[in-house]
Amino acid sequence: MDLLGFARGPALKVALAIFCVGVVWRFVGFALLRLRRDLNKPRVSLLGSWAGGLVTVGSRSWPHPEFIGRTGAGEALGYSYHIGLFIVVLLFEPHIVFLGSLFGFTWPGLPSSLITLISVLTLTLFLAVLFRRVTNPVLRMLSNFDDYFSWFITALVLVTGLAATAHIGAPYEKLLAWHILSVDGLLVWFPFGKLMHAFYIFPSRAVNGALLARKGAVS
Amino acid sequence: MTQGTSELTVGEMLLKYGISRRSFIKFCTATASAMALPPWMGPAMAEQLRNSPRPSVVYLSFQECTGCAESLTRSFAPTIENLIFNTISLDYNDTLMAAAGEAAESARTKAMQDNFGKYVLVVDGSVPTGAGGAYCAAGGRSAVDILREAAKGAAAIVCVGTCASFGGIPFADPNPTTAWPVSGIISDKPIINVSGCPPMPEVITGTLLQFISTGQVPDLDEHRRPKVFFGNTIHDRCYRRPFYDQGKFAKSFDDEGARNGWCLYELGCKGPTTYNACATIKWNGGTSFPIQSGHGCIGCSEPGFWDKGSFYSALSTAAWGKAGEVAPRQVGKLAAGAAAVGVALGVASAGVSRLRQRPSEPHGNEPKGG
Repeated sequence: MDLLGFARGPALKVALAIFCVGVVWRFVGFALLRLRRDLNKPRVSLLGSWAGGLVTVGSRSWPHPEFIGRTGAGEALGYSYHIGLFIVVLLFEPHIVFLGSLFGFTWPGLPSSLITLISVLTLTLFLAVLFRRVTNPVLRMLSNFDDYFSWFITALVLVTGLAATAHIGAPYEKLLAWHILSVDGLLVWFPFGKLMHAFYIFPSRAVNGALLARKGAVS
Repeated sequence: MTQGTSELTVGEMLLKYGISRRSFIKFCTATASAMALPPWMGPAMAEQLRNSPRPSVVYLSFQECTGCAESLTRSFAPTIENLIFNTISLDYNDTLMAAAGEAAESARTKAMQDNFGKYVLVVDGSVPTGAGGAYCAAGGRSAVDILREAAKGAAAIVCVGTCASFGGIPFADPNPTTAWPVSGIISDKPIINVSGCPPMPEVITGTLLQFISTGQVPDLDEHRRPKVFFGNTIHDRCYRRPFYDQGKFAKSFDDEGARNGWCLYELGCKGPTTYNACATIKWNGGTSFPIQSGHGCIGCSEPGFWDKGSFYSALSTAAWGKAGEVAPRQVGKLAAGAAAVGVALGVASAGVSRLRQRPSEPHGNEPKGG
């Protein structure tokens, strides 16, 4: 078996299995955690509490007007590269074919040259967020191995994908194999690192919002 | 065959057949052009060939379908007639030669003795080693014995076709005859692989001519194939490549995209991972090649092409099924099994966490997650 066969064969199968086990494990473990009892009198009904949670999901997804001057650029950077990633992952035809082989349905994609352009822009933004992380004293102090490795494995997928598309540095089948292997690596790392925020981000905001709403502090 | 004339130089042979120097230089320039050699190589090749004795070539056929020899006989640049009558002395080829039986075998033996250390050995087909080599024998001798004997005095070995180069279809799983490529048996001679199922005729003759005219093994890639012919992928040179770049893909062999000549990537084309000259030289005198005829490349010039999954599943698809394809149902089963394990682990870890938690702590309502 050659490297490409290994990458899209057994390695992918094992990576997908680990991904599914890990994500479900963390979700179920998270859902079954016992909340400490809150003996305070609720300020709103249960429904109002969860409505507050939904409000928080929305409000925390946008810069607070008062701080927009300080946080707006960072949030714009974050949104931009996330949107870039979504476009590249979901609208590149070979990716659609790959996802279609897993899920059984496909959807229209974008021109490959446009995807290449967006990939380069996204990679540039990736470098910018890394630069910001290492140059901002507060962010640097907050960062640990998890942050840097999650950045690295995601950037690696982008770099290998771009190299494969542009045929840079090695024959296409090797670049494609390394690209798929990097995706396999990302799938394995995903549930156990901060990449899991892709699943946690809205539930955790909702829970925070609901708890705050119960105290009468919807924000 | 051209026995008895191999001691003549190519130039002398040309004079004998009334071919002018000018015509010969034209021929060499056309050949050099077909091989993408520099412009000065045409006259240099002509000069070298004119003064060289016609090299003896011994062509052995083993576990093969004769498709490679069929392909060779359809060469247009140079034609097989030109190659055999003017440039080389093809002293043994059991498909093309008139002689048979002991006469044929003695022709081979004589050519090998007379030109020991100088002849070019062309091998077509894989070499079965199972059952003591009994799966392929000629003149009462196994292919593996004949190959070992012929390789001893060869200046170089040119493996014609994917079977001789990489084992090909006989080598494919489960390889019932324990077949090997030539490189799996011979390790002390220069080996040039001209892969393809079949290989391109111009690539076969061009490789032979380049070796004969320069006396040097051409630049080879990691699979010992001449870079001049195998330096680019089919995808790199495909006339449908612009459609790949535009993201226009045929979804089936008879849809509008296919009729408009869109890229066949999604239909399983292996052009991006296949190195060959089909997209540039093309077949049948430059008429067409498989992709131009509407079918994706099957990657026949690559090692193990028969065992790399379906010809009709795209390169970027998951491939761990038995036939190299993965059905969504299989993925669903995998995900369901993994999710069940995940649920069990989640329940267990939450249980452990609850046991560690002191239930009497009444204060606080810290959120569960970030």
